[in-house]
Amino acid sequence: MNVWQFFASHRAEILAATHEHLSLVLISMAIAVAIAVPLGLALVTHPRWRAAALAVASIFQTIPSLALFGFLIPLPFLGGIGARTAIVALVLYALLPILRNTYVGLTGIDPAIIEAAEAMGMTERQILFRVRLPLATSFILAGIRTATVITIGVATIAAAIGAGGLGTFIFRGVAMVSDAVILAGAIPAALLALLADFLLGLLERRLRVA
Amino acid sequence: MEYRISGRTSLPVLSGISLKIHQGETIALLGRSGSGKTTMLKLINRLRTCSSGDLLVENRPVRDWDVIQLRRRIGYVIQEVGLFPHFAIEQNVCLVPGLEKWPAERIKSRFAEVMQLVGLNPVEYAGKFPRELSGGQRQRIGVARALAADPAILLMDEPFGALDPVTRAELQREFLALSRKVSKTTVLVTHDLREALLLGTRVVLLDAGRIVAEASPGDFLKLDQKVARDFIAASELVTGAAQ
Repeated sequence: MNVWQFFASHRAEILAATHEHLSLVLISMAIAVAIAVPLGLALVTHPRWRAAALAVASIFQTIPSLALFGFLIPLPFLGGIGARTAIVALVLYALLPILRNTYVGLTGIDPAIIEAAEAMGMTERQILFRVRLPLATSFILAGIRTATVITIGVATIAAAIGAGGLGTFIFRGVAMVSDAVILAGAIPAALLALLADFLLGLLERRLRVA
Repeated sequence: MEYRISGRTSLPVLSGISLKIHQGETIALLGRSGSGKTTMLKLINRLRTCSSGDLLVENRPVRDWDVIQLRRRIGYVIQEVGLFPHFAIEQNVCLVPGLEKWPAERIKSRFAEVMQLVGLNPVEYAGKFPRELSGGQRQRIGVARALAADPAILLMDEPFGALDPVTRAELQREFLALSRKVSKTTVLVTHDLREALLLGTRVVLLDAGRIVAEASPGDFLKLDQKVARDFIAASELVTGAAQ
């Protein structure tokens, strides 16, 4: 059976898996953004924690993804078999690019602008939220974009711990030694990644302040 | 008064500084790069703090001031202008009145007022962004922003330094007219002798962190200290070459 025949005969199943995949990614990204962006903001006013926070986030990224899923399974609350564990792992993966870009974006602003803000009598908080954050938006979004593309890829491995998604076809195809089945998972995953990259790229350009 | 960079044991950036600035004066702080003139300016609004000695603003030591209050009472213009690229001109200019929670009506009328002072049409420029303006226009906006909350004190760090000579001369003339109208106590940092003599009511020459000469613009050229003579000679050479 070639790949197109497989697509045609399993259309509903592939669509459902794509939907599952997308929810894994969206939920993970929402949580990762909710953690990493405020953390990045906090690091600007507490630079002592910068090295530690970035190091921890980097360590998560160096753990091979399959191993990270494996480590999480025995943990209470966070672990187990299924989507919840997968989301925890995906969040840990997405943290670094978002955190790093948030921090770099917030602190990489032209010093003349920050000094002008100080000289105008803006408080540290006002500078953070009215000057740094709006000027860093496109940078932060670039981090989110990178993280989203990574997450779409890594989420295929989540099928190994029973979280579903497009990885289901990939693992099944590997077991069956069938390229057609592998591609049924890999092609939609690649298309999702390209689409996310394109759309977030558009948004990033729109929000950029010259 | 003395200023050292903390943690360094090398020579202080500024030392033995004693200067009294009277209300309504325009002090031109003149000196070459690295002479400490910008540092001196930043000590006044506490972007830097003195290591020893006292610096008083309105008879009160700067360290006793609430730093936010102090800065909002002092207008500040810098060479790179430092306009906020994500704010429209009106937001840029009205920043401090906004922070000080002026009523919206008053902010609006004040915007029109200061824009007229710097010679720009308030209606035309209100919604524009800094990137849409020329260097000269941005610099005028920088001045308008510094004047917006009607501060008694104005600090200017080479405000016209980045402009072409023609625009610079034009802005200097306008600033002279404007400073007569608004009568602020002004400290102007410059390395341009001509600008210091034109705009200053008193010229203070800094060299290696010390005040080496102080004179009215009329008397400055007659000074016979070596540092002052060298500075004047160098400036004449530059203008001579340009002609």
